[in-house]
Amino acid sequence: MVTAMVMAVAEGVVQAGDGGFFADTAGIMLILPFVAFALIMTVGKRLPYHGGEIAVAALAVNTVWATVLFVMNMTGGVLDQTTFEIGSIGSGLVFELGWVVDGLSIMMYFLVNFVGLVVFVYALGYMHGDRRLEWFFAAFSLFAGSMLVLVGAPNLIQLIIGWEGVGLASYFLIGFYWEDLDNVRAGNKAFLTNKVGDVGLILGAILVGVSLGTFDLAELGAAAAAHDEALGAVAVAGGLLLFFGAMGKSAQFPLHIWLPDAMAGPTPVSALMHAATMVTAGVYLMARVFPLFEYLAADTRQLMVVIGAITLLGIGLLALVVDDIKRVLAFSTVSQLGYMMTAVAAGGYTAGLFHLFTHAFFKALLFLGAGSVIHAVHSNNMSDMGGLRKEMPTTYWTFVVGSLALAGIFPLAGFWSKDEILATLGQEGYITVMWVAVAGAFVTAFYMARCIALTFHGTYKGHGHPHESPPIMTRPLVALAIPSALFGLLNIPGVSLPGIGSFTEWLAVREVVMGDHHAEAIDFGLAAIGLAAALAGLALGWLVYGKDAVTQMERDRFQVPLLYPLLRRKYYVDDLALGVVGATTGPLARFVNWTNNYVIDGVINIVGGAVKWLGGLVYNGLDQRGVDGVFNGLSAMTDGAGSVLRRWQTGRVQQYASAFVAGAIILVVLFVFVV
Amino acid sequence: MTLGDWISQPVNWVFSALGLAVVFSGFRVVTAKNVVHAALYLVGALAGTAGLFLLLSAEFVAWSLVLVYIGAVVVLFLFGIMITRAPTGLDPALDTNRKLVPGVLAAAVFALMTWAAFDAFGVEQITSAGVATDNALLGESLLGRFVIPFEVVSFVLLGALIGGITIARRDLTPVEEEERAAV
Amino acid sequence: MTLTQFLVIGAALFALGVYGLLVRRNLVLILLSVELMLAAVNINLVAFEAFLVTTQAIGQVFAIFVITVAAAEVGIGLAIVLMIFRNRRSANVDDLSLMRW
Repeated sequence: MVTAMVMAVAEGVVQAGDGGFFADTAGIMLILPFVAFALIMTVGKRLPYHGGEIAVAALAVNTVWATVLFVMNMTGGVLDQTTFEIGSIGSGLVFELGWVVDGLSIMMYFLVNFVGLVVFVYALGYMHGDRRLEWFFAAFSLFAGSMLVLVGAPNLIQLIIGWEGVGLASYFLIGFYWEDLDNVRAGNKAFLTNKVGDVGLILGAILVGVSLGTFDLAELGAAAAAHDEALGAVAVAGGLLLFFGAMGKSAQFPLHIWLPDAMAGPTPVSALMHAATMVTAGVYLMARVFPLFEYLAADTRQLMVVIGAITLLGIGLLALVVDDIKRVLAFSTVSQLGYMMTAVAAGGYTAGLFHLFTHAFFKALLFLGAGSVIHAVHSNNMSDMGGLRKEMPTTYWTFVVGSLALAGIFPLAGFWSKDEILATLGQEGYITVMWVAVAGAFVTAFYMARCIALTFHGTYKGHGHPHESPPIMTRPLVALAIPSALFGLLNIPGVSLPGIGSFTEWLAVREVVMGDHHAEAIDFGLAAIGLAAALAGLALGWLVYGKDAVTQMERDRFQVPLLYPLLRRKYYVDDLALGVVGATTGPLARFVNWTNNYVIDGVINIVGGAVKWLGGLVYNGLDQRGVDGVFNGLSAMTDGAGSVLRRWQTGRVQQYASAFVAGAIILVVLFVFVV
Repeated sequence: MTLGDWISQPVNWVFSALGLAVVFSGFRVVTAKNVVHAALYLVGALAGTAGLFLLLSAEFVAWSLVLVYIGAVVVLFLFGIMITRAPTGLDPALDTNRKLVPGVLAAAVFALMTWAAFDAFGVEQITSAGVATDNALLGESLLGRFVIPFEVVSFVLLGALIGGITIARRDLTPVEEEERAAV
Repeated sequence: MTLTQFLVIGAALFALGVYGLLVRRNLVLILLSVELMLAAVNINLVAFEAFLVTTQAIGQVFAIFVITVAAAEVGIGLAIVLMIFRNRRSANVDDLSLMRW
């Protein structure tokens, strides 16, 4: 099945135009959000939407630019790079700022601006009447600008600038409700965990840049493709360091611990930053330096694939046992990032980026849908929800579309991108990992079915009367549901849509040969396996959680909705027995009842319980003890070192001054008598 | 030049007297057990310094020193001493008990600087002594080549003025604030 | 008159200032010690001016600048001392060991 697939390595670079006016002025997209930031900070308080209109306007203009570039790239290919020299270090290393316009960056421009615009509009409704709105929109604009600086970066230096910018904005927004100490802690945790990864990124960038003599990404790729010796000497170390940076930002195991806590931020923030765009920066980085791994550091691939695989299945299981709807989606995001990372690490440049592309739409949709629900019931916990499908039809249907797309149900977007990843893994010989990914698809479908069942089905268990969100919030849901449903069709393997080609071809517009591996035709067998796993997950999730929502959270016991008609027939049998035959048929009715309750329920309960137990095991054993233990140990070491060193801090200013004078004397003596 | 030659110049007698006065006053500034005495010895040290400036024909700087320091700064110090209610009488606890390290450090500083001065300049004479620096030249220099630092310094003084007021201003109690708001 | 004799006086004054800075406990007296050090710097500047005789009297100009900045420093310094005294009822550096472990 796998061997029958036809795969190909991209042979050459697609011929492309220079994009003309829109490519030359693409830098405006990188600047406008910062202008918006400054404007909101200065005049935002006086505006009716507290600066939200400025943020939306900036991203609307950006979206026009990005869409035009996206369409131009579809129809002919756009390849351009504009840089300005800022300064230089010594004779060789030049520091430039600018923007790249190629297939990859155009895709990211479109993604960030379009999803960003939709989420900003949604935030106008969601955040209405909240505290510090101008600060919210300012920091959000800061994020958008930094993200665009990151994805438009022609060199590693600018990429790091954007990288730190989005980290800063993330810190601001996770701790947005800083009155609650837990939120502040979550922000700190996210920032510090990211910083751990950032050290890897910066060291990797320095190592690669200095040994190559340039930080330019296109030159880096070209050098890698040409098997440059200076680069080859540091490729493995540099590649691993860069990957470490990507692990932090893209929440790969074991640096994933910050992302679930990051849900403390407002829901639009979770949707745009911690699901759709910012956390994909790591995958983007891996794609940008892809030739490094393809040509020079192939040895690092196994490690990266294994980490991605652990992330995609291990963290996906965690989503089964949490009650907070945003945390379910957060664990899901980590799991999906694991898919992307695995794919890119295995050589599936297109596969990973295509999943990044589709995931951004349906995961942003799911978060916004969850936000709409939270807005209605004033709680994050699914135990306070239930039965909302009647009150919130638009939210419900768009959420279902997003869930099915995430679960990978044909023909929604997730099906195509997940299938592409499975195909790549199979073709590249990572058969075990491919089966892990199939299992991941099963788990994904399971928890999304659980999420829908607990949130929208059964009876309402919260307080007050929930009602559908205003149009300013539901229309963005629809705007995201459409691409979530349809964008998978952009990259059917082997199919080039008339006039616009396919996603694979758009990504192929770039300056260097990436050495991408992608499928040339659909592998129906593998697609069927993936689809079957997803359907099985949905079915099991529905069986376990779909029925009788009043008690499902209270009793730790799984109900069986598929047998619900049977249950009704049971009462029918019961009535019949009591009414017609009387007590004589009692034992028969009791037997049927017993069979129903213990045998059939039992089987389902055992399966469901086993999956849940596994999830709990991973969560408690591995995540809480193992991973957190390492971090606790590190912090204890830091604490110990501090308690020794702090004894120098006597607080006596004159002791400090004495040391200062002594130091000055020593320096003078050194300079006068020694040097 | 021998020590005898040096002593034979009358100007060096004046210098010796002034120098001894400066060093003695300076010594008393850092050792006096009475705060007010320390401040007054500072007057002596600065007056001696002004005298040294006169020896070096720097009349304008000398009188600036007298006006600014002795006229204003020392008065400011005396106010500071009074407002902080520092013990104006004898106070043996005015210094720390750890005097060895500071003494060694100060001695090292002195030795190092003295050695450097002798090593670099030996007994080279100051020839311009007795020719007073033209105040017009100083004014042209201040408002010509050094006009930007001059203006910057004026801003520093303004900043210090405002900053001093802001820092030293007593915060109003809530009751007083309400009263002020009512007016 | 030699240049060195003035530099020695300057060095002595500076060293006395350092000593006072390190042993005095009263904040006002520490400021006094700082003034001594600044005066020592002025002596050096003026002495070098007399020795080198620059066309624009640069040494004296800088001495004037030092005097001005020192005046500003005293103003701010005493304001801070006042503030500390008001908040902590003490003008002793030993009592200001808040920034410690």
